[in-house]
Amino acid sequence: MGKTIAEKILSEKSGTDAYAGQIVVANVDYVMVNDVTGPIAFREYEKLKTKDLKRDRLVLIPDHYVPNKDILSAEQAKEMREFASKHGIENYYEVGKGGVCHQVMIEEGFAAPGRLIVGADSHTCTYGGINAFSTGIGSTEACAAFTTGRLWFKVPETIKVELTGGFVNGACGKDLIIKIITDIGVDGANYRVFEFHGPGVANISVSDRLTVSNMAIEAGGKGGIFPCDRLTEEYIRGTAKGEWKAVEADKDAKYHSVLRYDLSKIVPMVAFPHLPENGRPVKEADVKIDQAYLGSCTNGRIEDMRIGAEVVKGRKVADGVRFLVVPASQKVFRQMIDEGIMQVFLDAGAFVSGPTCGACLGGYMGILAAGEKAVSSTNRNFIGRMGDKNSEVYLAGPAVVAASAVAGKIVTPEQLEGQ
Amino acid sequence: MDKIQGKVWRFGDNVDTDQIIPAERLVSANLDHLDDFIFEKVRPGFAQQVGKGDMIVAGKNFGCGSSREHAPLSLIEAGFSCIVAESFARIFYRNSMNIGLLLVECKVDAAEGDVISVDPDKGEVRADGKTYTFPQYPAFISEMVRAGGLMNLVKEGRL
Repeated sequence: MGKTIAEKILSEKSGTDAYAGQIVVANVDYVMVNDVTGPIAFREYEKLKTKDLKRDRLVLIPDHYVPNKDILSAEQAKEMREFASKHGIENYYEVGKGGVCHQVMIEEGFAAPGRLIVGADSHTCTYGGINAFSTGIGSTEACAAFTTGRLWFKVPETIKVELTGGFVNGACGKDLIIKIITDIGVDGANYRVFEFHGPGVANISVSDRLTVSNMAIEAGGKGGIFPCDRLTEEYIRGTAKGEWKAVEADKDAKYHSVLRYDLSKIVPMVAFPHLPENGRPVKEADVKIDQAYLGSCTNGRIEDMRIGAEVVKGRKVADGVRFLVVPASQKVFRQMIDEGIMQVFLDAGAFVSGPTCGACLGGYMGILAAGEKAVSSTNRNFIGRMGDKNSEVYLAGPAVVAASAVAGKIVTPEQLEGQ
Repeated sequence: MDKIQGKVWRFGDNVDTDQIIPAERLVSANLDHLDDFIFEKVRPGFAQQVGKGDMIVAGKNFGCGSSREHAPLSLIEAGFSCIVAESFARIFYRNSMNIGLLLVECKVDAAEGDVISVDPDKGEVRADGKTYTFPQYPAFISEMVRAGGLMNLVKEGRL
């Protein structure tokens, strides 16, 4: 019987003939933890009193509360730094040399086609955008994985997503994934993975694919895997570490279900509070905002920054609105300077900072007060996600976020033209 | 696994990990008292009301969102013996079973304050005079729970 991409990768990495529903123990290529999830894993490791450690496969990336937001987070970040030093972990990305973990995992070439990667962060599923099987795990099991090099996996069922056409109407990857989540619900893919197929795939940029895969978890998904094509190869050329192997599904693979989308019918979407499944076309929204946020592992890549800059160029951020621009990595930050994008944002009256997860999870650098509303290019709009429990987060793509910053309410760039 | 009983706290669908424990509490200095913060944004004062052996009965997709193990850890520290829900989010399920928070995937009608009983081996929940059944855990997970969690499998060289 044929196999899905998930079944193929888990078969190869476990040395078994794996199909959906089975539990396998598989070799992982990389394990990543961040400053929030790392300490629990480090403490479990020290309790083991073992010398076993897969040093080369462990990646430590502080990003949630760094640069340190306060004394407690400073202590926490120190715990990771000391663990890296004590155990000789070379893949440690200090502030100023890294950024948001998932962006760093891709830029530094840990993520590549055909790999099995786990990370103690739920958005680890992002690397499915470049044909990897990657998924979020907890801290204790991250410790198990970097100690033994192995972890248990339930082989997931796969939802096939058939894509045709190409984006028009200013729509992008973010709009597609919000549409999918809205259609199937926040648990519509629980325990399952998405696998993307069809002629539409070639019309989606790799940056947009990463956005789509990033939010697979917001439908409960274990991952969202794209095929490896020419665009993928160009995207990872020169960065992917070591050997990698593209994996495609068998023609006779068995799927849980099939979803079909014509990309030309997708319109700019916004997910209303307090769940990502509350998507509506932006044109139906009438929401005044206090803050606009462009950044995060979902939409903090250079492509997103270019889109945002294009919209605000020659315009000003609306009075009474804070526009926060937070590139996902030091590399993106530098590219913004090199390409003149920084100048555009600063001229418009945006606040631009170096990379951090900060405000996305309500950590710091952009917390919302009671009653405030933000439009955000991030991935979650749960109750109190970016601040007070009576604040509201509206999720949208980079162009809508930038246009909304200028308009002071949630709009598309097209609506901005008309003003 | 022993049969257990406990008092019910009722929750709805899509209880996310930000509700269970907000992100701003996720610093290692809090790791020995995570239970102080459970549901603090959505049910202020909840931490003080929970007793040892209590249970949560919830709807669909309990524990959705972040991978933070602080969520099941905080519930264990608060004294919960078991979470019964119609379904669980995947990472929360893994985290809980790995570290010893018993999860029962079962749709149960129970009101807040009811006392219900759970028999994990038989796959039965008894609530308000009714018996509900749930499927057996996969062999790997039963074995892991019997071993006392994932790290014990690692120590015994069984992963």
